[in-house]
Amino acid sequence: MTVAVVQFGGSNCDRDAVRALAHLGVDAERVWHEDGLPADTEGIVLPGGFSYGDYLRAGAMAARAPIMKEVREAAADGVPVIGVCNGAQIGAESGLTAGAFTTNASARFQCEPVHLRVERADTPWTAAYDEGDVIEVPIAHGEGRFEIDEAAHADLVAEGRVLFRYCDADGNVTDAANPNGSTDNVAGVLGERETVAVLMPHPERATLPDLGRSTDGAGILQAFA
Amino acid sequence: MTAYTATVTVRLKRGVLDPEAETTQQALERLGFELSDLRSADRFEVDLEAADADEAADRAGEMAERLLANPTIHDYDVAVAER
Repeated sequence: MTVAVVQFGGSNCDRDAVRALAHLGVDAERVWHEDGLPADTEGIVLPGGFSYGDYLRAGAMAARAPIMKEVREAAADGVPVIGVCNGAQIGAESGLTAGAFTTNASARFQCEPVHLRVERADTPWTAAYDEGDVIEVPIAHGEGRFEIDEAAHADLVAEGRVLFRYCDADGNVTDAANPNGSTDNVAGVLGERETVAVLMPHPERATLPDLGRSTDGAGILQAFA
Repeated sequence: MTAYTATVTVRLKRGVLDPEAETTQQALERLGFELSDLRSADRFEVDLEAADADEAADRAGEMAERLLANPTIHDYDVAVAER
């Protein structure tokens, strides 16, 4: 499988994603957005960063880049697509997933480890975990507060498309464990297909054993293995 | 064709938390101003040529729908004036 890590101007987690995937034995390459998706693309990562300087809204510009039409088509065909951090903002802006990611309740950029509760274990992204597992993965964002209107949120929950919620170390989903004021502590969601997911925390920063305090994120990227 | 300026104002829907506005309000209060509330909005002034004001407004509205606003969190309005 060749995973395309789509690089926009201002992406800065693209190399990290390629390295984390290589560590898991996944063939991944960076793809400049203007070059379009390679014909042999079998997986897509929308990496973190500050595409287009977060102008207008985080992810708004990249979501309208021509390559995103290809990404949406690939996603509709069942190609696994994951958006991480800025990639999550791009994914939500482009309609791959419901809701929006906007300014943290703190109005600050926050860079810290958080705990996530795995809400679904029967997806490609979470097959390495059990439902209810607590994993530690870092966040690094200023606009990560998940916002969605009430009706769409009810649908999201009813359809089981909440993938991760912010929680404490024991798995309790509390206001105190919600780093950014996200609706219902939502940290990551599935798209219409379970092969499409976005999340604000960075699994590629919690994959390499020498990099930090956790390798809990590896299970998410193993979807591509 | 007539030259128009379409002003598109994009604001958060009522009820959506606006941390930047809250922070701004707190800063104003620290400066000694008294205020009950503060809301922020983005304003885009789009110069364009159109057959009439309705067409100019329609086109600016489409710009808001497709890029300037995010319908999940924003409302917008459009005002058109001859330039």
